[in-house]
Amino acid sequence: MADQNRGNRPLSPHLTIYRPQMSSMTSIFVRLTGIALTLGFVMIIWWLIAAASGPAYFDRINGLMTGWFSILIWIASIWALWYHFLGGVRHLIWDMGYGFDLKTADMMGYIMIGGSFVMTILTFIMIGVCS
Amino acid sequence: MSFKTDFQRVAGLGSAKSGAHHWFGERLKAVALIPLTLAFICIVAPLVGSDYANVVAAFQNPIKAIAVILFFLVTFKHLEEGLQVVIEDYVHGKAALLTLLIGTKLFCWAFGLAGVFAVAKIAFGG
Repeated sequence: MADQNRGNRPLSPHLTIYRPQMSSMTSIFVRLTGIALTLGFVMIIWWLIAAASGPAYFDRINGLMTGWFSILIWIASIWALWYHFLGGVRHLIWDMGYGFDLKTADMMGYIMIGGSFVMTILTFIMIGVCS
Repeated sequence: MSFKTDFQRVAGLGSAKSGAHHWFGERLKAVALIPLTLAFICIVAPLVGSDYANVVAAFQNPIKAIAVILFFLVTFKHLEEGLQVVIEDYVHGKAALLTLLIGTKLFCWAFGLAGVFAVAKIAFGG
């Protein structure tokens, strides 16, 4: 969009020029997990439509959704959901103007990464307890 | 809702149309999704591997049905706006940009509506 009048003026340094940092890398993964979660969103809605369609179709889709390949997607989706959730909270904290000093920003990055795995395990414990 | 001061409006400063409003809407949806996502996980996780009767019974509980419908409504709009930002950042060229933006919109509306309809149908009697 902004390309028309650029001419030969230099570009500001882009992603590939910057040295990877905790804040930038964890932020990029918020986007990637958000895009990837589209698949989980579609699958969960498909599963609900199956439940709304009646027992025969539900059993077929439910079988498909609990196959090993689907389970891999569910595990990845639950991790992605927690990562995106924690990353989103961090962005909201930044949007309010807090947490910009390097120490806090880095610490929030570690909390996001660690927290996403901890919450994924807790979610699976919850699934295990309930079923 | 306007987020401009009276002076900015009179002087014609800031966004010409609705920049601040759009930005605030994105954040509002993100904040709303904090409790809604937690509710969604608590409602749906116990249903994993469950049979038809259990799943239908769960969504016939009005609180659970309303929470999941709210989650779908806010999520599909959040997804649409999120994908829009990514597409605007990385896709150049008018034709590709327009096609992807319109496709994203249609996709999100279709699946969001499908999710809401499915839950409502179960809630109103399976």
